[in-house]
Amino acid sequence: MSFLDYFRSQKKRSAAVAKERLQIIVAHERGQRGGPDYLPMMQDELLQVIRRYVDVGDDAVRLQVDRDGDYEVLELNVTLPEGSHSPVSAGEP
Amino acid sequence: MARIIVVTSGKGGVGKTTTSAALGAGLARAGYSTAVVDFDVGLRNLDLVMGCERRVVYDFINVINGDANLNQALVKDKRVEGLHVLPASQTRDKDALSEAGVADVLDALRERFDYIVCDSPAGIERGAALAMYHADDAVVVTNPEVSSVRDSDRVLGLLASKTKRAEEGREPVTEYLLLTRYSPARVDKGEMLSHEDVHEILSIPLLGVIPESEAVLNASNAGVPVVLESDTDAGQAYNDAVARYLGEERAHRFLDEKKGLLGRLFGS
Ligand SMILES: Nc1ncnc2c1ncn2[C@@H]1O[C@H](COP(=O)(O)OP(=O)(O)O)[C@@H](O)[C@H]1O
Ligand SMILES: [Mg+2]
Repeated sequence: MSFLDYFRSQKKRSAAVAKERLQIIVAHERGQRGGPDYLPMMQDELLQVIRRYVDVGDDAVRLQVDRDGDYEVLELNVTLPEGSHSPVSAGEP
Repeated sequence: MARIIVVTSGKGGVGKTTTSAALGAGLARAGYSTAVVDFDVGLRNLDLVMGCERRVVYDFINVINGDANLNQALVKDKRVEGLHVLPASQTRDKDALSEAGVADVLDALRERFDYIVCDSPAGIERGAALAMYHADDAVVVTNPEVSSVRDSDRVLGLLASKTKRAEEGREPVTEYLLLTRYSPARVDKGEMLSHEDVHEILSIPLLGVIPESEAVLNASNAGVPVVLESDTDAGQAYNDAVARYLGEERAHRFLDEKKGLLGRLFGS
């Protein structure tokens, strides 16, 4: 490997990292899209309720609407901090 | 049947106005009567990029308010037959562009032109929403860079839900990706997202890849749509994109690094 290739392989990573980060955030944002407009507000209020009991970060609550045939499923994921109970997950039609 | 094309992006400064001017001039040069409409209320710039700023008398909002008729406000291009510009207003009142007013003006433009190119302001608020609402086709201008790609994806979400076509349940807006300010050399070094990367993430048809080019600044300095500068890389890339929009199949050019002396010496 020439010294030019060495620098090249180092730099290869920045575009690759960008792509990976984009794929994740875009998939996440697409999941929230198309859902009802109240979703972000509901997410915020749920976060406040959970915080009355557990100290969690801003991204602890994730809401996602999935279409399943004729009806929609609201998927709610709450990540609790380490040392508390394991994450709870609930689905509702 | 006239078609309304919105040139949009979410993020600012990615090349929407450059693209609107190029697309408008390219379509007119191909023989279609075309109006390019500046939706960037308060930040009129399309007139400068197209070189007609000194002939602007009335603007979009004057027409909406009935202070002028469409004929008085449309500025006829001096170089390309059939090309017209409807300038944005310089008012600071963003609400001056009413929904009903925009609908009326676009309906009137549909009667007269083959293509109506709407140059969207940045953002995803009112101005951008109005610019895309009536669109049949959308050219999503994207730079190979994380924030631009993410914003483009959000805009795709809006095109699929907040346009007239979406609301009426008609055939969706036809979306095209236009990747601009592309530097093959940097892509080659792994410093910049490649056209394949962006295409894979956004998954809409690729209309063209416009290289980062000095020709764009030179053309805007002179007030000439860059597509008319046929001896430049960006001009040719825009010309290809217009031809593809019109249904022609053309291979993508300017995707590879122009090899400088060092590159040739080291064989990279
Ligand atoms: N392919 C390109 N190469 C070099 N500069 C470009 C290119 N496309 C746009 N620019 C420059 O980027 C700036 C923003 O372009 P503009 O078309 O006004 O973007 P927007 O309308 O999206 O804000 C301008 O200075 C323009 O000259
Ligand atoms: Mg602009």
